[in-house]
Amino acid sequence: MKLDLSGFESTPSLHGGAVDDVGEDLFSRPSFQLPACSDFDGFQKDAVQMVKPAKGTTTLAFIFKEGVIVAADSRASMGGYISSQSVKKIIEINPYMLGTMAGGAADCQFWHRNLGIKCRLHELANKRRISVTGASKLLANILYSYRGMGLSVGTMIAGWDEKGPGLYYVDSEGGRLKGARFSVGSGSPYAYGVLDSGYRYDMTKEEAAELARRAIYHATFRDGASGGVASVYYVGPDGWTKLSGDDVGELHYKYYPVVPTPIEQEMADAPAA
Amino acid sequence: MARYDRAITVFSPDGHLFQVEYALEAVRKGNATVGVRGTDTIVLGVEKKSTPKLQDSRSVRKIVSLDTHIALACAGLKADARVLINRARIECQSHRLTVEDPVTVEYITRYIAGLQQKYTQSGGVRPFGLSTLIVGFDPYTGVPALYQTDPSGTFSAWKANATGRNSNSMREFLEKNYKETSGQETVKLAIRALLEVVESGGKNIEIAVMTKERGLRQLDEAEIDAIVAEIEAEKAAAEAAKKTPSKDT
Repeated sequence: MKLDLSGFESTPSLHGGAVDDVGEDLFSRPSFQLPACSDFDGFQKDAVQMVKPAKGTTTLAFIFKEGVIVAADSRASMGGYISSQSVKKIIEINPYMLGTMAGGAADCQFWHRNLGIKCRLHELANKRRISVTGASKLLANILYSYRGMGLSVGTMIAGWDEKGPGLYYVDSEGGRLKGARFSVGSGSPYAYGVLDSGYRYDMTKEEAAELARRAIYHATFRDGASGGVASVYYVGPDGWTKLSGDDVGELHYKYYPVVPTPIEQEMADAPAA
Repeated sequence: MARYDRAITVFSPDGHLFQVEYALEAVRKGNATVGVRGTDTIVLGVEKKSTPKLQDSRSVRKIVSLDTHIALACAGLKADARVLINRARIECQSHRLTVEDPVTVEYITRYIAGLQQKYTQSGGVRPFGLSTLIVGFDPYTGVPALYQTDPSGTFSAWKANATGRNSNSMREFLEKNYKETSGQETVKLAIRALLEVVESGGKNIEIAVMTKERGLRQLDEAEIDAIVAEIEAEKAAAEAAKKTPSKDT
């Protein structure tokens, strides 16, 4: 049941709908026709169940003294098939805000782009940048209005605004959490293990990036649905920059180089009898 | 010309929207209202018409708050004002809900002006018959602001402005006498402007003072009377000084 939010509508509902809201269309909830079928509730349940297990990924983000670090893997999987090893899971909403992708790739990409449009319009109308709080709330409200319709989005919005670094977790169930450390996806338990044990607020930028890289690497090592390239981004007062993008296979041999086994006994040729 | 004022969506041949202009006439018949922006204080003043003996004067509030940091005074049709104020209050809270931040004065002014404009471009409705003076402090920078909107939906920022009855005389007075003021001086300037067109006395004026720390505060009659007395004394002293310029040789 949808909440009755007509009290919050900024347009008057006049008889005959005389008032025209051409400019408001961009802000009104995009709508589409629902399928006509006999078992609509069951149809929705199946659609949701089909998409649910699909958050095969590892993304993480954390706030530290110099700003926010955002990192992710780059594998896309369809069941047991690896469909791509080079997916961009860190989405650039605008020069000072990043979003991460987990769940449905199309859902994440579309709604992040839509959020970028809304943020830019807010800037133009109000002559000031939107806060990370505001941006994450806009996205959360949109996702909430599609709740139960099969969107699969587990994203983190990271950015730097007037109040300093900001990090929010937003998902397609309509949840929105403010926090300092998050990891999302099937590889997140592994990433949390490394991240939580190595985290200190007053790390340097290099230490923080290395921690993020290791966390992603360890998650890709153990989780089959994560892999590819570990990208690490940094968000600071001047916006975001990409710090590194390393293939996790190469990272493996960097962290655990092959040690040639020492030979204890050399086999010598038997002296010719 | 008479044919072009029926439906407001129609322009007259010389480019007028007559319904909007008639709305401005309604505003000109409304209470005298003045707003003055100081460096740390903003003052709104409204003429109080004599209340009938049996009426509870407290139920007729002319200066209202839209949020903890924004206040509004208006001149014109009071019923239209009530509707507009309710919509603005909802928008203030809706903004707090969606972006977790209070509105800026400019944002809510733009919203109210947008609403007023919408009703000049729709079928079957008439414009709101009121001009508003909106004051407040920016929640981020703490800078005081004063804005005015009118029935056509235009808005602009002002250092001091007046609307309603005799607004031209008040505005002339303000133009001649405005200077950057703070605290009590701002209150005095607003009252002096209002006294140009209103009968003197605390029971004919309603004043509200907004500061960043204390928000909106309505002055009570005794306080206003005291300030009016101060102003009259200053005026008398100025006149006396003019009459005898060189008292000591």
